[in-house]
Amino acid sequence: MSELADIISMPFFRRALVAAALIGFTNGFVSGFVLLRRSALSLGALSHTMLPGIVLVVLVTGALTQAGAFIGSMIAALMVGLGSMIVSRGNKIPQGTALAIFYTTAFALGMVMLEYVATGEDLEGWLFGSILSVGDTDLYVFFGIAAVTLLGSTLFMRPLLLTLFEPNVAVVQGVPVKLVNYFLFTLMVMALMASFQAVGAVLSIGLLVVPGAIVAMFTNSTRWLFRGGGLVGSICAVIAVLLSVLLNIPTGPAIVVVLGGLFLISYIISPGSGLRKALATQGS
Amino acid sequence: MSNSCAHSHDDGQTHNLRVNDLNVAYRKELVLKDISLQAHCGRCLALVGPNGAGKSTLLKAISGLVKRRSGSITWSAKDSLKCRDGEFAYLPQHDEVNWNFPITVRGVVEMGRYPQLGAFKKFGEDDRAAVQQALELMEMDGDLARRQISELSGGQKQRAFIARAVAQQAHVLLLDEPFTGLDHDHSANLSRLLRSLASENRLVVASHHDLGTLTNIFDDVMILNREVIASGACSDVITKENLGRAFTRDVNE
Repeated sequence: MSELADIISMPFFRRALVAAALIGFTNGFVSGFVLLRRSALSLGALSHTMLPGIVLVVLVTGALTQAGAFIGSMIAALMVGLGSMIVSRGNKIPQGTALAIFYTTAFALGMVMLEYVATGEDLEGWLFGSILSVGDTDLYVFFGIAAVTLLGSTLFMRPLLLTLFEPNVAVVQGVPVKLVNYFLFTLMVMALMASFQAVGAVLSIGLLVVPGAIVAMFTNSTRWLFRGGGLVGSICAVIAVLLSVLLNIPTGPAIVVVLGGLFLISYIISPGSGLRKALATQGS
Repeated sequence: MSNSCAHSHDDGQTHNLRVNDLNVAYRKELVLKDISLQAHCGRCLALVGPNGAGKSTLLKAISGLVKRRSGSITWSAKDSLKCRDGEFAYLPQHDEVNWNFPITVRGVVEMGRYPQLGAFKKFGEDDRAAVQQALELMEMDGDLARRQISELSGGQKQRAFIARAVAQQAHVLLLDEPFTGLDHDHSANLSRLLRSLASENRLVVASHHDLGTLTNIFDDVMILNREVIASGACSDVITKENLGRAFTRDVNE
């Protein structure tokens, strides 16, 4: 235990804890939108797509900055999203299939390009996260992303919910549905960018999906879906960082394992939904 | 109900919904051909026709949700695409609603107040009153109002969504099969509601398939099968001949 105390006292570790709390909060909060939008699958595609975009920006500009990463991942995500839509239009290929082809190809391309910018441990950081190596500026960025997410979605909660619930009715009522969808897309890309740092390209989607799913089993209030998601994401990420040091396991996977474990437990104990319900319907 | 037609009709000035030579195509297939229509506030207009006749598409076109290939749609001389200020309330068929959305019946009906509230205005007394009244009109107040939408029966869901449209206090109500899933009593209740909406100088346009109740509820009817078969006052239009033409015609001829 004194070993843990030693590590906690180190600046790099305290930074990691703060980063985990911020990233976990942002992703947990946004996971409410992912749940309501029923878009986890396409989001998985999005998170993989971001890798080549970011790597390309690093290749071109020679450095990894948050702004560059944001622009690169936005462009890559848009290209894959639009590309799959165009290919599936009027063709025999369903959009799901087109999307899968595009994003796996994009991800593979990203891996190939990574060879030119990263090696060994660095590569692992890209794929599975490297929260233990965040710097002070990174913390400011994570804080900024968390603040923008929280403020933006609280401010625009009403049009957001109307759009998610029934976009057609929302349009007729005067909600700027297109704009709202762009805003949601931006929120998700920003959350994913933050979790890239924490859990990497492969696992980032876990942090952006699981918290909301856990909270949804316990609440019927949309407000608590978001707040609770933020809390769950935050707490789980912090616990996982502590565990990863205690047990000497990689941090990124630890975060997703903790979330997945909590999801299973919630499924078993939650009232009204999950296992109890499944058993009840089987018994009847 | 408050906030009905905002303009005086004493000078004979009414608000007209005009559809002129509307053509709508999905991909290359024309689903609405040369549709023209005129209706004004204070009336109930039914859209009648077989499945695939384009009733839903026409309602969507008026709502501005599908692209027109040609033609115009205006309300009070304004393009219907610019009527995004709460003038229109739209009730779609609900195949695409996420029923697991964590929201109560009252929450759904409160969404109807968006045109009055926008993104930022505080939900006030007027809004609360309008929501409560809409819930009562659809007999969804009390315990039912507190239920999650996932716990409702088909008819209750339909009533909740109609209540949302009513709470919006719109000038024009565009209702896609509003009687779907309603039992006898609630159908009768909705019929009375549509009549009273019209008497408040609102315009109700609804697709409808029950020819038996048609003339009791609606003033005007348009029989439609991708193109207009007949339209006018119910008593003039509902003839065996017209119905026969709508329901047996080969659309591809």
